Amino acid sequence: MFEALSDRLQRVFDKISQRGVLTEADVDAALREVRLALLEADVNYKVVKSFIKRVRERAIGQEARKGLTPAQQVIKIVHEELIRTLGEPGRLDLSGPPPHVIMLVGLQGSGKTTTAGKLALRLRKEGQRPLLIAADTYRPAAVKQLEVLGRQIQIPVHSEGTEPPPPDIAVRGVQEARKKGYTVAIIDTAGRLHIDDQMMAELEAIRDRTQPKEILLVVDAMTGQDAVRVADEFNKRVGLTGLILTKVDGDARGGAAISVREVTGVPIKFLGVGEKLDALEPFHPDRLASRILGMGDILTLIEKAEQELDRKKAEEAERRLLEGTFTLEDFLEQLQEMKKLGPLSQLLEMIPGMNRLARQLPAEVTDKQLKRIEAIIFSMTPEERRNPRIINSSRKRRIARGSGTTVQEVNQLLRQFRQMQQLMKQLRKGRLPGNLFGGLF
Amino acid sequence: MVLSKLFKRGSQEDAERIEKSLEKTRRGVFGHIAALFQQQELDDEFWEDLEALLIQADIGVQTTEELIDRLRARVQKEGVKRAADAYALLKEEMLRLLGEAPPSALETPRLLTVVLVVGVNGSGKTTSIAKLAYYLKQRGKKVLLAAADTFRAAAIDQLRLWGERIGVEVIAHQPGSDPGAVVYDAIRAAQESRKADVLIIDTAGRLHTKYNLMKELQKIRTICARQVHRAPHETYLVLDATTGQNALIQAKKFKEAVDITGVILTKLDGTAKGGIVFAIQKELGVPVRFIGTGEQVTDFAEFDPQAFVEALFRQDT
Repeated sequence: MFEALSDRLQRVFDKISQRGVLTEADVDAALREVRLALLEADVNYKVVKSFIKRVRERAIGQEARKGLTPAQQVIKIVHEELIRTLGEPGRLDLSGPPPHVIMLVGLQGSGKTTTAGKLALRLRKEGQRPLLIAADTYRPAAVKQLEVLGRQIQIPVHSEGTEPPPPDIAVRGVQEARKKGYTVAIIDTAGRLHIDDQMMAELEAIRDRTQPKEILLVVDAMTGQDAVRVADEFNKRVGLTGLILTKVDGDARGGAAISVREVTGVPIKFLGVGEKLDALEPFHPDRLASRILGMGDILTLIEKAEQELDRKKAEEAERRLLEGTFTLEDFLEQLQEMKKLGPLSQLLEMIPGMNRLARQLPAEVTDKQLKRIEAIIFSMTPEERRNPRIINSSRKRRIARGSGTTVQEVNQLLRQFRQMQQLMKQLRKGRLPGNLFGGLF
Repeated sequence: MVLSKLFKRGSQEDAERIEKSLEKTRRGVFGHIAALFQQQELDDEFWEDLEALLIQADIGVQTTEELIDRLRARVQKEGVKRAADAYALLKEEMLRLLGEAPPSALETPRLLTVVLVVGVNGSGKTTSIAKLAYYLKQRGKKVLLAAADTFRAAAIDQLRLWGERIGVEVIAHQPGSDPGAVVYDAIRAAQESRKADVLIIDTAGRLHTKYNLMKELQKIRTICARQVHRAPHETYLVLDATTGQNALIQAKKFKEAVDITGVILTKLDGTAKGGIVFAIQKELGVPVRFIGTGEQVTDFAEFDPQAFVEALFRQDT
């Protein structure tokens, strides 16, 4: 639904002749698009206004850099300015004597309880001994939810049911942490509206009585223009030390992050990126900036690839590819390496220019196809995988039956594999094929 | 009082409480809009400010631009000079955006009405279901709830607690079990032993970008359709009123996957916005059916577009 800003800008600049210096008219035309893109990403209107002003001042009259089109140059400035607005990646302050108290606050449904579990898990991985404290006595079964989460990740939960006042529970929880030698106490508070005076006073009470090192506001990445007011109000009442942006794994651009950061000056510390309890990532301003602009998240992809791919295997496969000794067995291995990176659609989304394609491409299509290809190869004998030439029609029928596919599909895979080998031959001769896997998907 | 029209069938007390909670919306952005129209001249600055205010109400960039274009065109064509007159035109245009909602399937008499409730994580599904169940119960319906959110920790307990509070039975399996099986059993129970009029199905929150989870919803729909003629009769998307432009994408994706027939807009008490109502109606043609305005089970009302716009534009005297 939302067009990537980079595409939009490109279109604006296609209309303007390529000039060496960015003129005022060029910049204004581009900034109109930037403004719309930011508004559509739910960046607060006022924040957009001041942001655009800053970019404009920097952009006008700047010498065009070598190798950059005017569009790219504006994007670069916008990107840099966004990164600056998003600020430094925040780290948790766990200095001083333990237990360090961390208090999670936010609106209803922003994801506090789940985040509490994620944070506990993460801190334990970093060598801490966390205790969760269930201080949401309002939402039905919220205490139970934290208990269940605690069991799942084997982290103890201090809970007293729903009768005692939340500040009392919090205090006793911190006492328990101190007594039993836990190093971090994470207080899960009830979701509340920033305009609910009584409930906000309760947060102040919890804060005053437990002296948290960190008070983190949990913000839904999908929040609209109101995000600023919410964060501002929480900050004024309880004094925030950081933000956690949740549900970033959806397709919300997360413009709320910019607004909240700009208005409160509170650093963003983590991003929640999935339903699994290990899906909590440290915040990287450059990546989020790219995402807000719809520029893809190539950095994350690269990092992911570096983590997950077995480099030796890849090099080996590349060598064999070039030698022309690449077999279906190697191909299967490559597919499995690729799968480690996550669903194909998600990968595509991280590549600039591909995210629109990824959105059009239903996730199941590609992943299902990958699975079918895998099934077909699995149903071959090792000999067939190494030497597909021996696959005659009777073998094809067997493979199709074994993999739950059709002979046509087996044929298609074999044909594509042959084409790939052809491409490789060309590659060796110095001609670069456009897209290695192009034929397969 | 104009706002009490919003809540046609609610008691006077309910209406007053809900009117109070909507005050935030009225006094917020829409209050600023009213103030803007107090000024005399319709100059460029005026239009820019109006655009800013509409966008800040989460009406959406596209809808805002169209709204302003139409308004400017009409102002010119009809030779409107005074801002106060333009204000009436804006109200008309906004009402036009909302249009008339098709009749709700809840009204049609049938043996068993099945209502499927879907939405992203944290939008307020379970609470809304409790409110809807209570609302229907107050109107003499026998309601049964199906706890098909078997994924989130303690979601089943949450629904059960609500069920106890409002005196409505909940059909549930173990956490982690197949939601389809829960729905199957709940329908059987609703038809046979419990003889319910309405079955409301609570589903796990899911981001609309998760293919497999959307597929699971389709499976639930299929199970409904197999057991009850034309079920589910209503599929409601629960939407958090503080959500920004992503709400549109959510609505679109859920519509594609499970053909939502209406929206329940929650947490309207906390937001100075609510403008997303216009964007959704305009871009997707899905009507807002109910609004949630607080934590109490009675903080819930049928949505009446006309009264909603009236309320937003009502000038405090």
